[in-house]
Amino acid sequence: MKLRFLLFLALPLLFLSCGPSESPVSRAHLDSILYMGNGTEPQDLDPHVVTGVPESHILMALLEGLVVRHPEGLDPLPGVAETWDISSDGQTYTFNLRSTALWSNGDSVTAHDFVYAWRRMLTPSLGSKYPDMLYDVVNAEKFNKGIIKDFDLVGVKAKDDKTLVVTLENPATYFLGLLAHYTTRPVHKPTIEKFGQIDTIGSQWTRPGNFIGNGPFTLDQWKLNKVLIVKKSENYWDAKSVKLKEIHFFPIDNTSREDLMFRAGQLHVTSTIPPEKVEVYREEYPDNIHIDPYYGTYYYRFNTEKKPFDNKLVRQALSLALDRRQIVDKVSKGGQSPAFSFTPPDPNSYYPPTSLDFNPQKAKELLREAGYEDGTFPSFELLYNTSEGHQKLAQAVQQMWRVNLGINVTLANTDWKVYLSRQSVGDFSVSRAGWIGDYHDPKSFLDMMVTGRGNNQTGWSNSEYDNLLIEAAKSTSRTERYGLLYEAEKILMEELPILPVYTYTRIYMLHESVKGWNPNLLDSHPYQFVSIEK
Amino acid sequence: MLELILKRLGTAIPVLLAVITLTFLMVHSAPGGPFDAEKAVTPEVLAKLNAKYNLDAPLWKQYSDYLLGVMQGDFGPSFRYPSRSVTELIMTGLPITFELAVYAILFALMLGVSAGILGALKPNTAYDYLPMTTAMLGICIPSIILGPSLILTFGIWLELLPVGGWGDMPGDKILPTITLGTAYAAYCARLTRGGMLEVLNQDFIRTARAKGLSEFRVVIVHALRGGLTPVIAFLGPAMAGLLAGSFVVETIFGIPGLGRFYVEAAFNRDYTMILGSSIFFSCLIISFNLLSDVIAASINPKLR
Repeated sequence: MKLRFLLFLALPLLFLSCGPSESPVSRAHLDSILYMGNGTEPQDLDPHVVTGVPESHILMALLEGLVVRHPEGLDPLPGVAETWDISSDGQTYTFNLRSTALWSNGDSVTAHDFVYAWRRMLTPSLGSKYPDMLYDVVNAEKFNKGIIKDFDLVGVKAKDDKTLVVTLENPATYFLGLLAHYTTRPVHKPTIEKFGQIDTIGSQWTRPGNFIGNGPFTLDQWKLNKVLIVKKSENYWDAKSVKLKEIHFFPIDNTSREDLMFRAGQLHVTSTIPPEKVEVYREEYPDNIHIDPYYGTYYYRFNTEKKPFDNKLVRQALSLALDRRQIVDKVSKGGQSPAFSFTPPDPNSYYPPTSLDFNPQKAKELLREAGYEDGTFPSFELLYNTSEGHQKLAQAVQQMWRVNLGINVTLANTDWKVYLSRQSVGDFSVSRAGWIGDYHDPKSFLDMMVTGRGNNQTGWSNSEYDNLLIEAAKSTSRTERYGLLYEAEKILMEELPILPVYTYTRIYMLHESVKGWNPNLLDSHPYQFVSIEK
Repeated sequence: MLELILKRLGTAIPVLLAVITLTFLMVHSAPGGPFDAEKAVTPEVLAKLNAKYNLDAPLWKQYSDYLLGVMQGDFGPSFRYPSRSVTELIMTGLPITFELAVYAILFALMLGVSAGILGALKPNTAYDYLPMTTAMLGICIPSIILGPSLILTFGIWLELLPVGGWGDMPGDKILPTITLGTAYAAYCARLTRGGMLEVLNQDFIRTARAKGLSEFRVVIVHALRGGLTPVIAFLGPAMAGLLAGSFVVETIFGIPGLGRFYVEAAFNRDYTMILGSSIFFSCLIISFNLLSDVIAASINPKLR
């Protein structure tokens, strides 16, 4: 009894006896392992099923598309396609696939793999959530919506094993940019068909040991809620220039925990920083904190089908009463810039109109013009999903509208799914929203506000706007296209079914030993260009 | 004894059925569905997904199909993690949560029982007040405060222990164990003290002392047996509470256990996962309560 009792006491000492050890980051330059905080646990690794950012980070390592994004400028660089020709009308793309492109099991990557992958994504019964990435391809939308059944009518053909010909409905000048997105990358047909049908969701093909990819890395381990490890692929066509040996993706959805792990040397790069720490870290870790411009807009939606928000003057007044400068300086405080357009401005390409003023006096006049004398405006609810950041911002906006216009706003803080469902059924007056562009083109934003689009969710419809977007799609010159989109954006900012608040920044911590991690608007960091140095 | 077990198992079935029915109704009446996402899906896609997961069937049909599945041990696929079944998710998280709970309960027993004995042997002295006040503090400090404080002290300032993980680095199980176990240690201390005080005043203890037995033997062998009865009765619910309630500690330390899956499933409207884990946790709680009743009954004849 006595002995057992003592043993019982000694048990925990066993694990107390282990001492501290060198942190993973401090020896990473020796073994070339990148440790990455990656948000939530990946839902799956099927490029046609997943939609999240964490999954996109992993798929960037495992699969490669026809093109890859330039690590700095986002311009398309050759990926699986070594070269390509674009016909003079801008509607036929011929891709010459490199002979050295291999799957991780040694099979050659062929044009047929792309045809199969695109067919799979467009197969209606699969229920992919991103089929519109390919809607520029001839008949892709019709096939996806079940209007035509024969995939041979869709504009993607394998001329031979190494030549892929894609025909487009319109000369989409941004099309190459889409081909870097994970949804348009190839999948390995024999693997998918071994574990299910073309339209099976959630088969076992994405598990370690089963997953066959063509990217610079292969899937090694996937421990649920713990870590996902990818290893350098020896079959990758450019394996010699891949410097990292492994990447460990940690699913950490708790920002304070991620922060602690970074400070304890367990991570090279975090997915974010707790908002309250941004200011402190700017002082304490100026070399590690990164605040990069990001292709995303934080905005409020108006329910334009509901009174009084069906009145343009009201929407304009609410916009004029919003001091965006104050919001980014005093509330969000993460280096964001005030947004005066829906599409985030990019000095190197599309620069949208910037005309939203802060003018409480004019706001009051507009409100009066709309028929609301001082204090007669009905109170309404501002809907947002639970988050400290959204809460603070909503309180600031509530205050501004009260002080500047005498409007009484109540705040409705709901859980994520409640928030989404209320928005989709139109059960709101004003709601918070955010959008990150999937590809680097204003269409990625402006298309969302076309009549009836799933993410419009404001009930707003403007035929002139819709027509400008259709016209823009037909244009073969980028300058002309941007000109038309500029006009469309002007209408949007005049009508204001949405109220842009600020342009997002990507805020994260990065260890100084990581090289080749360049700031860019899409937060895209292809790992073949990343290395770890002492 | 057998009668007790059978009676308990008999009541378990209606309890489980009620759990399933209520949970089923609640998840389906919660606003928002599993496929609502930031990027809105088209109605066609939503219809396909609903059909795939039997969500287009009438509610009573979904319910009966689900019950039928459960009876055959099939909890269905997770909605959130399409390639994983609910059983797989539970089985991945359970061993980890279980290990954490066992360590926490061992920690609680060691610390709590020792402190309780100390307090009971020298009642109303500093040996009593100090551990009992500390115990009160332990009960009051929630793990969301204790956990980060421990991390800050031992992980960041002293750099002695890892700040998170489970089995990845030496010593990373210590802080979660302490964080989760502290409140339970405090309960154990108070229960032990109470139980021991009662027993130490009884005649058979006086007899044992009169026989000339060593104080150690008197306390550990003779008194502890009776004195621990309240602690043992507490262990069953405590173990169930530790298993079902480790969510906070798992989140703070990034432990890939079951608690996190359970809570996240609710946020994600992962219907099958919510139902599966609710059923699973109900079974656990029922079993542990039964187990602790059986143990208590076998130690203490008064309870039989």
